[in-house]
Amino acid sequence: MILIWMICILLAGGIVCWLAARRSPLLAKWIALLTVTADLLIACWLFSVYKAFPDNTSWYINYQANWIPALGISFHVAMDGFSHVLLLLTFFLGILSVLCSWKEIKEKTGFYFFNLLWTLAGISGVFIAMDMILFYFCWEVMLIPMYFLIILWGDARRRYAGYKFFIFTQVGSLLMLLSILALYFIHGDQTGRYTFDYFSLLQTATDPAIAKWIMLGFLIAFAIKLPVVPFHNWLPDAHGEAPTAGSLVLAGLLLKTGAYGIIRFVLPLFPESAVAIAPVMILFGVAGIIYGALLAFSQTDLKRLIAYTSVSHMGFVLVGVFSFNSIAMQGVVMQILTHGLSTGALFVMAGMLKERLHTRDIDRMGGLWTSMSGMGGIAILFTMASAGLPALGNFIAEFFILLGAFANHPAFSIIATLGLILSAIYSLRMLQKVFMGQQHFTEPVKDISARELVIMAALSISIVVLGLFPQPIIDTVQHLSTIHPLLHE
Amino acid sequence: MNELQLSALLPFIVLAMASVVVILLIAFRLSHTVIQVVGFLMMCLVVFATWYVRDTLPQEIPPLFIVDGQAAVFTGLIIFCVLVIGLFSYIYFEEREENPKEYYILLFLATLGAATLTISQHFISLFIGLELLSVSLYALIAYLRNRNNAVEAGMKYLVLAALSSAFLLFGMALIYMETGSMKFSGIAEQLATVGSSPLFLMGLGTIIVAVGFKLALVPFHLWAADVYQGSPSPVTAFIATISKIGTFAVLLRFAQSIQLQHYQLAVTIFSVIAIASMITGNILALQQRNLKRLLAYSSIAHFGYLLVAFLPGNNAGTEAAIFYLTAYSITLLSAFGVIILLSSRHHEAEELHTYDGLIWKRPIIGTVLAISLLSLAGIPLTAGFLAKFFILSAGVHQSVWLPLIVLVLTSVIGLYYYLRVINTLFSTTVSAEAIPKSVHPFFHVSTYITLVIMAGLICWLGIFPSLTLQGIRTFLMLH
Repeated sequence: MILIWMICILLAGGIVCWLAARRSPLLAKWIALLTVTADLLIACWLFSVYKAFPDNTSWYINYQANWIPALGISFHVAMDGFSHVLLLLTFFLGILSVLCSWKEIKEKTGFYFFNLLWTLAGISGVFIAMDMILFYFCWEVMLIPMYFLIILWGDARRRYAGYKFFIFTQVGSLLMLLSILALYFIHGDQTGRYTFDYFSLLQTATDPAIAKWIMLGFLIAFAIKLPVVPFHNWLPDAHGEAPTAGSLVLAGLLLKTGAYGIIRFVLPLFPESAVAIAPVMILFGVAGIIYGALLAFSQTDLKRLIAYTSVSHMGFVLVGVFSFNSIAMQGVVMQILTHGLSTGALFVMAGMLKERLHTRDIDRMGGLWTSMSGMGGIAILFTMASAGLPALGNFIAEFFILLGAFANHPAFSIIATLGLILSAIYSLRMLQKVFMGQQHFTEPVKDISARELVIMAALSISIVVLGLFPQPIIDTVQHLSTIHPLLHE
Repeated sequence: MNELQLSALLPFIVLAMASVVVILLIAFRLSHTVIQVVGFLMMCLVVFATWYVRDTLPQEIPPLFIVDGQAAVFTGLIIFCVLVIGLFSYIYFEEREENPKEYYILLFLATLGAATLTISQHFISLFIGLELLSVSLYALIAYLRNRNNAVEAGMKYLVLAALSSAFLLFGMALIYMETGSMKFSGIAEQLATVGSSPLFLMGLGTIIVAVGFKLALVPFHLWAADVYQGSPSPVTAFIATISKIGTFAVLLRFAQSIQLQHYQLAVTIFSVIAIASMITGNILALQQRNLKRLLAYSSIAHFGYLLVAFLPGNNAGTEAAIFYLTAYSITLLSAFGVIILLSSRHHEAEELHTYDGLIWKRPIIGTVLAISLLSLAGIPLTAGFLAKFFILSAGVHQSVWLPLIVLVLTSVIGLYYYLRVINTLFSTTVSAEAIPKSVHPFFHVSTYITLVIMAGLICWLGIFPSLTLQGIRTFLMLH
C-alpha cells in the first residue's frame, strides 16, 4: 500500500502544482520540491526498515488489488532490492530536477511541474508494477508528460525532437503490447486462468519458436529506450533539445527503464530465447560502446556530446546483462546508478552553462576556468567519473561488467575495453574545449550559485560514496543473480 | 404481433413519433428552443423505453425485426449520440440564423433509419433502414445551402449513395436468387444445406461494396473528406458516428447469421479492406491542414481498426467492436463539440491555425480537444487505448497477425498527425482574444458541461472499463 501512496503523492502533487501556480509560481516550485522530498524520505525509511532483506523472499512489499477482473488485470505492485534502488535513484534525481529548473522555467510554471512530477510518477510506476498492463500504463504515463516537457520548454528544434522521441518509443511500446497479449493468451490456454500477473506469467512454458518472436517484441521496446545502437537515433535530439531537467530525467531515469525492462522481463520470461540471442545483443552492445564514443568525440554541441556518451555507457549495460554472469549483473546495476548520477550531473552543468552563455556550442566556449573555477572543479570530477576513473562509481560498474563478460566472451570484452580509452579522449576534449584554452567571452560570467552548489554537491558526494562503498547496493541486488537459473552457468 | 413484441418495438415507435411531434410543433409553435427541448425529452423517452423493455428481450418480430441485447446496445449508443448532436446543433444553427426547424425532423428520421438497421434481420428492413438514413442525410448534408461546399458535398453523397444502394439491391437480388430467402436466418439455413455458389459470393461481394461505402472503407472512401468538410459540423458528427454505427450493426448481424467468417474468401476480402483502410486513412491524414478533413481520414483508419475486431467473428471480437464504437463515438463527438463551439457565423473553425495555443486561450475546451485527440491516438488512460487494446486482444487470440501488425504500425503513423494537432493546441503564440459573448448562455453552458462530462467519460472508460464491459456482456447474453 505504501508503494501506491508514493505514486499517488507524486500524481496529486503534480495537480496541486498546476493549480497553485495560478496563485504563485514560487508556491508551485516549493510544492514540487516537498512532494519529491517526501517520496525520497519514504523510500529511505523503507530502506532502513528492510535493510535485513529477508532471505525467504526477495519481494518484501507486495500489494494487489482488483482492477479489471474480467480480463485478469489487477493493480499489482511489488518491490525487491533492485526496484528499491531504482526508486531511490528516481526520487534523488527527481529532487535535483526540481531544483535545477528553479530559475530556468519562467513560463507556465505550474504545467511544467505537473509534467515533471507525472513523469516521475510514471517512472516509479514502471519500477514497481507487477501486472503487465499496469506496467504498460506506467510506461506510457512517463512518456506523454516527457513529450510535453520537450515540446513546450525545449530549445529551437524541440518539435522535431519531440515527434521523434514519441514516435520511436511508441513503435516499441505497441510491439511490446502485442507481445504481452500473446503471452497472456498462451498462458491462458495452458492453465485456463487468463491473467496479466507477472508472477503467473513467469510460469508459462512457451514453445521456443514462438517465444523468440514474443521476446523480440519486448526486446525492441526496451532496446529503443536503452538505447541500443540501431535504435538510438531519437536520443541525441531529445536530450539535446529538452530543458535541463528533461535531459536529467531522460538520461538519468528514462534510459534506465529500458535496462530494468530487460533484466526484469526479458531474461526471466524467456530464458532460452535470451540465451540464444545473447551473442547478437553483446555485439550490438559493443558496437554501441565504440560508436557512441566516436560520435561523442566529433560533436560540437555540448548536450549532444553528453547524449552520445550515454549511448556508449548504455552499451556496457547491454554487454553486462547478456553476459549472464552475476558479477556482470552487479556491474550493470552499479552502472545504472552511477551513469544516472554522472551523466545527470553533466547535463545539469550543460544547462547551467547555457543559462549563462546562451549557447551549447563548445567551439564558442573556452577559458571558462578563469571566471568559473568552482564549476570547473566539479566538471573535472564528473568527466573523470564518466571516463571511469577509479574511486568513482563508474569505475566499479564498468570494471565489474568487463570482468563478468570476459569469462564468456573474451573477444568482445577486449573490444569493449577500448571504450574506456575512447571515453577518456572525448571527456578530456570536452573539458579542454569548455574550461581551458582561449577565452571567448569577455564579459564576466557568474560562478556557481548556492542552489547550484547544493545540486552538484549532492551528486558529487553520491558518486564518490558509490565508488568507495558499493557493497550496500550490491547487497540489495544480490538476488538478481538467482532470479534466473541460467545466470549460474 | 402480440403485446410483448409490440412493447419490444416501443423505443423505435417513440423514435418515429419524435419526427411527427416535431412536424406538429412546427405547425403550431415555431420556436427553435421549444423544438430543441421537446426533441431532447423525446430522446430521453426513447432511452427510458429501452430501459423499460429490457427484461422482455430478446423478442423476434418475424419476419423483419429482432430486438435483442445486441440491438439494444447499438440503439442505446445511437440515442446517446443523437442526444449530444441535438444539443450541439442548437448553438451551431442558432448562430447561423437559418431556419433550423426542419433540420430536427431530418435528424430524427435519420436516427430512426440507423436504429432500424440495428434490429433488421431481413433484407427488406435493412434496405428501408438504409434508405431512411441516406435520404435524410442528403438533405442534412446540404442543409446550409448558401455555404460554399454544402451543395457540392450533398451532391457527392447523393450520387455515390444512390450508386451504392443500387449495388446493395443487386447483391440482395443475387443472394435471393441463390437461396430463395431474404431473411438472414433463412439464407443461413439454405447455405448450410446447399452450400455457397459463385453467384452467392458475387452477391455478397456487391453487398460489401455498399457497406464499405457507408463505412467509408478503402477503396470506397473517396467521398469522405469532401462530405465531412462540406456538411454542417453536427451533421458531420452524425455521419461519423450514428450512420456508421447503424451500418456496422447490421453488417455484424448479417455476418453472425450466415457465419461469414467461415468463408475464406470473405475473410480475405475484409482483411484486405481493413489493411487498405488503415494504411490509406492514416497516410492521407498526415498532411491535412483542415481538422474536419483530418478527422475524416482518421475515421477511415479507425473503421479499418474496427474491422480487425470484426475479423475473428467471435464473442470477444463483438465485445471489442462495441467497446470500440462506444469509445470512438464519445471521443469524436467531443472533438466535434469543440469545433462547433469555436465556429462562428462567418467562420467554420476547421483550419488548423485557428487552434493555435487554444489550451492557453480557452483552457477547458482546449483540454477537452487534447484529451479526445489523445484518445483517438490510442494513448493509455483514455478510452481509445483500451478500445484498441480489446481489438488487439481479440485479434491475438485468433492469430490474425498480419492485420494486427499493420494496425500497430499504422497507429504509429497516426500518432504523427494527432501530435501535430496537439502541438498546435499547445503552441505558445498567445494573443489574448476576447471570447465572443454568446447569445444563448443556457445552451452555451450546457454544451460546455456536456463536453467536460464527455472528456471525463473518456478518461473514466480508459481507467475503469469494468462496468461498461460488464454491461456490454450482459446485453450480449440476451440473444
